[in-house]
Amino acid sequence: MDEIGAGFVRAVELIVSLDPAVVDITVRSLIIALTSTAIATTIAVPIGGLIHFHNFWGKRAVINVIQTLYSLPTVTVGLLVFLLLSRSGPFGGLGLLFTPAGMVVGQTVLIVPIMTGLTIAALSGVADQVRDSAVSLGASKYQAIFTIMGEARAAMMAAVLLGFGRALSEVGVAMMIGGNIRGYTRVLTTAIALETSRGDIEFSMALGIILVSISLIVNLLVNRVQGRWWA
Amino acid sequence: MKGIFHGISTIALILALLCTAAAAQGGAGEGQKERLRISTTTSLYDTGLLEELEKIFEEIYNVDVHTVSGGTGIAIQYGERGDVDLILVHDVARERKFIEEGYGLSRSCFAYNYFIIVGPEDDPAGIRGMGAAEAMKTIMDRGIESRDLVKFISRGDDSGTHAREKLLWKAAGIDYEKVRSTSRWYIEAGKGMGPTLVMANELGGYTLCDTSTFEAFRGDQSLVPLIEEDKALLNVYAAIPVSPSVHPGVNCEMAAKFVDLLVSEEGQDLIGEYGTDTIGKHLFKAARGNCDLIGCAGDECVTSLPEDACILAAE
Repeated sequence: MDEIGAGFVRAVELIVSLDPAVVDITVRSLIIALTSTAIATTIAVPIGGLIHFHNFWGKRAVINVIQTLYSLPTVTVGLLVFLLLSRSGPFGGLGLLFTPAGMVVGQTVLIVPIMTGLTIAALSGVADQVRDSAVSLGASKYQAIFTIMGEARAAMMAAVLLGFGRALSEVGVAMMIGGNIRGYTRVLTTAIALETSRGDIEFSMALGIILVSISLIVNLLVNRVQGRWWA
Repeated sequence: MKGIFHGISTIALILALLCTAAAAQGGAGEGQKERLRISTTTSLYDTGLLEELEKIFEEIYNVDVHTVSGGTGIAIQYGERGDVDLILVHDVARERKFIEEGYGLSRSCFAYNYFIIVGPEDDPAGIRGMGAAEAMKTIMDRGIESRDLVKFISRGDDSGTHAREKLLWKAAGIDYEKVRSTSRWYIEAGKGMGPTLVMANELGGYTLCDTSTFEAFRGDQSLVPLIEEDKALLNVYAAIPVSPSVHPGVNCEMAAKFVDLLVSEEGQDLIGEYGTDTIGKHLFKAARGNCDLIGCAGDECVTSLPEDACILAAE
């Protein structure tokens, strides 16, 4: 119990004093996860829209596959992307392995399914009447689509935030693709894994507290965005 | 009107995110300094020794040293795939194979210490004072007899330490598959050295550990060294640049320069003294002057690469 208490105190000290290593790792984590989320958004939202607004054979099956990929284990994605980006793999020439850009690729692959699925769910959540009224008021097909996307924007924002949360808190891709290189690809989750194995419990706890705090903020944002919508 | 507004706001959001992405990418792409990638066994990294050497090296050559830390098994694999330029490992059998198969250029021993067999203070299997192989056999016999009293925690992760453990079973005349199949007393952790020590401590078991990691964890656990400085427990660290003949993209020149630093007088002094000012103990011993003892003869003995080694290998 002493260990946890002492660790907590030291952790808070490290955070309050803006310890350079802690700040460095936190900022890097945020930049990489934000970049992944941004790229994943530009992929997932259009794909989600395409799937929702078109009826085609096997649509239900496609959605089922996407939903299955929600729970894709991060180490599986890590392994797959590692094999692709390794110098011996098909994209080895790009030199992306053990770089932040490589981590972005991996995290994007990881979160595109969940963001696509939630985009579809968000769009499905808009009542059919919205579309009908838009069309009856003389909206073209594209105007109707914009109206529906506008109505669903809170739920879509939640999808983006959830994707960000998953990118930030995953460890499989960050470890296997990034390689946990100090000052280059070391992020919150991989640093926690390393410092725990090195025996620096306080530092791990400080990073853990930051990670949990960011997750908390993201969740509050999700609730706030959705709460506004339903209010 | 509302629809258009929402459409615009959605597009604006996407654009904003794209800009963030572009900015981040730009940031990551800036300052394309030359890069040396090293995969290393955990003990060199976790003790902080490599960090010291990195700093010195980065200062001299204005290069980014990027170190990926893992067990010897994975470190060698990164080398075989051409994902790193230099490997620092401690498993002579696999090192020789790595070079024979053409992946590695040459082996330079640069440091050593000893593995130790650690266990609970009260030593339930009674191995104190035995030789390493005898001790392993005793742990197994007592482990099978006594069920929960005597346990051995294995790394089980294909690391250099794990490879040495297998050698010790062999030296004791026991088939490793038989060890694994007798269950209960033999626990495969599948973890790095630090977490394995923690596990051995929690379960009151024995384990094989390198001295440097043990010293780093001494304050956090109650295990004690029971078998030390047996010749069978010698632990030699070697550096092997990845050969450009298999992977033309590797940075062989920088890897060779890093080996130069390791075997230089400055490097050897730093390795030999490392740890004395922080924890008051020698964590590693310099290989210089001890080549016969550690079995690194001739051109493996604390040697730099020939100047044209990289060019010759690339041709």
